Amino acid sequence: MPVEFRKDLFANERDDTLKEIGQPRIRQDILGHVSGRSPYYDDHLFEGLLHMRCVRSPHHHARIRHIDAGAAERMPGVVRVVWPADVPHNINTLLSLINFGRDDEALLQPSRVTYIGEPVLAIIAKTEREAREAAAAVRVDWEPLPHVLDVEEALKPDAPTVNGEYPNNTFDYHDLYDHQKLRFGDVEKGFREADHIVEGEYRMSPIEQAPIETCGAIAAPETNDRYVCHTATQGLFFSLAVTAKLLDIASSRLHFIGGTVGGGFGGKVDSITEPMAVLGARLTGQPVKFMWDREEEMQVGAPRGAELWRIKDGVARDGRILARQFTGFFDSGAYTRLSSYAVVKGTGHLPGPYTIPNVASNVYCVFTNRTPATAMRGFGITGVDFAIECQMDKVAEAAGLDPIELRILNAYRDGDMKAHRREAKNCALIECCQVAADKARWPLSPQSRAASSMTEGGVGWRAEIPETVTDQVGRIGERRRQALPSEPGAGAAATGRVAAGMRRDDRSVELPPQVADMAKEQERTGYSGKVDLPDHAAPASVQPAPATPVQRPAAPLPTQPPPPPPPPAGTAPSLPPAAQQRADDPEAAEQARRRAASRFISGTRRRR
Amino acid sequence: MSKIPVQFTLNGTEKAVFVDPGANLLDVLRRGVGDLSPKYGCAQGTCGSCAMLIDGELRLGCLTLAEAVSGARIETTGGLQTGEEPHPLQTAFMEGFAAQCGYCTPGMIMAAKALLDRNPNPSRDDVIEAISGNICRCTGYQPIVDAILTAADRMRGRIA
Amino acid sequence: MTLCTGRGFAAINYPIGMNLGGDPSQALVHSTPDGKFKVALSSIDLGQGMKSVTRQIAAETLGVPISDVYVDTADSDTGPHCMGSFASRGTHRVGNAVIRAATEARRAMLEAASEELEVNAADLDTDGQGNIHVKGAPSRSITVEETALAAQFKQGRTLSGRGIFLIQPSEADPDTGEMSPVSCFAHAALIVDLTVDDETGEVDVTEINSAYEVGRALNPKLVEQQLIGGAWMGVSHALYETTEPYYPAREHGPTDFNDYLMPGPGEIVPHNIAILERPAEDAPFGGKGPGEMCANPVIPAISNGVYNAVGVRCHDLPITPEKVLRGIRANGGARPQGQPTGRR
Repeated sequence: MPVEFRKDLFANERDDTLKEIGQPRIRQDILGHVSGRSPYYDDHLFEGLLHMRCVRSPHHHARIRHIDAGAAERMPGVVRVVWPADVPHNINTLLSLINFGRDDEALLQPSRVTYIGEPVLAIIAKTEREAREAAAAVRVDWEPLPHVLDVEEALKPDAPTVNGEYPNNTFDYHDLYDHQKLRFGDVEKGFREADHIVEGEYRMSPIEQAPIETCGAIAAPETNDRYVCHTATQGLFFSLAVTAKLLDIASSRLHFIGGTVGGGFGGKVDSITEPMAVLGARLTGQPVKFMWDREEEMQVGAPRGAELWRIKDGVARDGRILARQFTGFFDSGAYTRLSSYAVVKGTGHLPGPYTIPNVASNVYCVFTNRTPATAMRGFGITGVDFAIECQMDKVAEAAGLDPIELRILNAYRDGDMKAHRREAKNCALIECCQVAADKARWPLSPQSRAASSMTEGGVGWRAEIPETVTDQVGRIGERRRQALPSEPGAGAAATGRVAAGMRRDDRSVELPPQVADMAKEQERTGYSGKVDLPDHAAPASVQPAPATPVQRPAAPLPTQPPPPPPPPAGTAPSLPPAAQQRADDPEAAEQARRRAASRFISGTRRRR
Repeated sequence: MSKIPVQFTLNGTEKAVFVDPGANLLDVLRRGVGDLSPKYGCAQGTCGSCAMLIDGELRLGCLTLAEAVSGARIETTGGLQTGEEPHPLQTAFMEGFAAQCGYCTPGMIMAAKALLDRNPNPSRDDVIEAISGNICRCTGYQPIVDAILTAADRMRGRIA
Repeated sequence: MTLCTGRGFAAINYPIGMNLGGDPSQALVHSTPDGKFKVALSSIDLGQGMKSVTRQIAAETLGVPISDVYVDTADSDTGPHCMGSFASRGTHRVGNAVIRAATEARRAMLEAASEELEVNAADLDTDGQGNIHVKGAPSRSITVEETALAAQFKQGRTLSGRGIFLIQPSEADPDTGEMSPVSCFAHAALIVDLTVDDETGEVDVTEINSAYEVGRALNPKLVEQQLIGGAWMGVSHALYETTEPYYPAREHGPTDFNDYLMPGPGEIVPHNIAILERPAEDAPFGGKGPGEMCANPVIPAISNGVYNAVGVRCHDLPITPEKVLRGIRANGGARPQGQPTGRR
């Protein structure tokens, strides 16, 4: 089954005469892999290595009345019992590193557990077996509490609170709503104009990343009053920073080594084993390994979270989709981890690779009493792609169209305006449809065969931001007071409109290289087509201004301030857009400036 | 607990270690002897990353009592290479891009060696059967099966 | 018992890199005295081939053979900052950082060579074999090794470079969702052929035909690894995998690989792949990360194929025999939909 390279397609945009790029070079690490010499984190031997195991909650939700570790402490081989109070700064949320969300999760939970498997105590012993036996001997007096496992149950006014930091069981977006909204055009109008309404509900259960190497880390005291940590993390500095924060230790005292990892698939970004191992090394002065066994990997290690999506489409007789509405729920489990981010990423992906004039979505990050969810290959996208593409099959059936031809008919093309209000470029969905059909001998009509990502896009309505209907339903806490529908715009009249806008040059801006010597040489980048990169645009010593957005011709209504233009590059220190927007409010501007001073910023802004 | 002395050969070299009663061979090889090529994947006998040959038979280190291997001949992937010369299985895995993260690879190669040692001319189904106790999360198995068949071809060519 | 055949289709695009920017990566490149280059990173190789693809990017940019480049990652004391390997950001972000670092090192190298050859650095080029020559006059040349030796011991010059790549952070609008999610997208379309046993509900995927658009296959074998392994994972997600078989109930969760089901080597699906390359403007040599997207189209294509085979819309992953069988029974038996093509 050789792989076929369709070099004939997009050939005029590519220079195929590169020397190393495009060559099937043998992997740099492969001899190590086949000889068993690649240094994974557990392949670093330490004399006197100690082993750490956790005592975990057997309940979905319970208060800890009392813990008796006396018997465990006296068991053979036990070196130290680690209590929550031993964690210097026992609260964190992963994305605090990019200023997104509030600290909500303890490394060791001191008072109230909120999922089965939540760690409350750790044992450090001379052998893994001794640590395991001692952990089993710890007696915990639990007071079980009511729990909630279903995302829609968790949104009801009387649902038990899962996560104390988010008492409404939803992540707070922009300090404003209990979900992330997407509004583009007017879906209700689209539904009215449609010949078919197609609705669907799509569910994905949690999935385990299942790397063959389980999560873990070994930490040991190093010279210079530092700690070395060998780790399987997917983000070395991410885990280092989380460890520094939880242990309240200068990051300069941490030396992290990794980079050779036995599979990750998203399951090794949560940075739990690293702070545990370094904490153990700090408390005992000896090398400590904290490694999940396979059962922990499967039941305690964060899975790809469950998702629930509802889609409603309005479809014209000829198969064009006129309106598409989504309601999505990401089951975050008991803590935020990365699900809050997946919601925004998923929202930016809607309505899939299709040009649809009216799109609306509400997507929720919901807390339930289950293992916290985290990243996995395709994070934020896999579940909704499943929903969209199953929905497309139903639409094809409703419209009486061939499923591939339906995709080609609705596919996005270069120059089209996407629902997140950015221009589509570099598209290739149509060509993929055509090539896949060829390979499977799936006949296509001459029109579908003649379609191209490079033609028919970016003209008329396809290029424009339509007048958009907005609403303010679902403010934070509203759902605690009354049952509210979760789909966009339902149960309340539209309260705002954003005027139509023109196409804007507003791609995400790549910051120019620091000095001219770093700038790419255009003739060596492998492009043959039109190239307009900051690297190439960069003159020797002047930093170019980023593309300046063209303001919308019509002023938006007062209820809807337009998103501010990006700040000009090269003016340091640059304020985040939020700060510019509120320059008249000194306090808000100061807060925004402080946030900008954080290590790095990204994600969704918080309003205070 | 008193330790138990155990002697065996590992990849042709004599080894003598003291082991705890009940210790598994995987731990003893990795931490006691320093052969890090067998990997810990589950310690449940379900992933195959610690597969090795004991007296020519394919065994899992995590399910083998260390004290039970006295006098045995143990082979692991760590001993396959001769000087700088990789074993044909190793070469075929390298050239066939049959590893990504590489964590299952040492066990996979030992399962393949167990097959080729007793059947130098395996069918595709024989290869599939031989590695059916080894889990790979990255490759989808196809390049691994292909690499083992390639190695078998080359090894027969070498003998012939 | 009847084996009902079905065919399902799905098409997807995939956003490359962390959503909304603000995820930097750095690279450092330097030469040894004899003209071998080291690339220092703190990026993670999870098996996707980070070490290998950055090595090729560095070699191409420097204009030296790959055997003269080695990537060293990830030690927080020596490797400069990287956010990590996730969100298909590695090839794009780290690759761009490596290009910048290697470009700066190349300029230093050509300047050192220009001093030795007594020509203008702008008139020099590399042959990718370890030599630097005057453009249009290949005989006037110097080796990279001689250049590095001269730079080190005669000229007092480092052949090194720094690189960082950052897409400006941005934000999502609370009311409209306006945002700059990422800067480029990969694409895929895929057709699955399968059979459904109408007595057991078991689904057997028999063939996959696919087209993946990856910008540029920086290393075609590494791309192939991702696409084959990723499609396997897609089949696995669609039909087998779950930590909670009766979600949202927490019971019956697997604790080992006997209970956590995945297809084995006996279930390899013949997969015919076509690779398309439409380079993305801001990606390294146009390459978009193929690693994450490859499972995504498989899952809905299988669900659509099951419907085509027996008339059951199974929109609840994983598509277990139990769910399919319940669907068939609810319909009063299998309802094959006929070929999905040509329904007009």
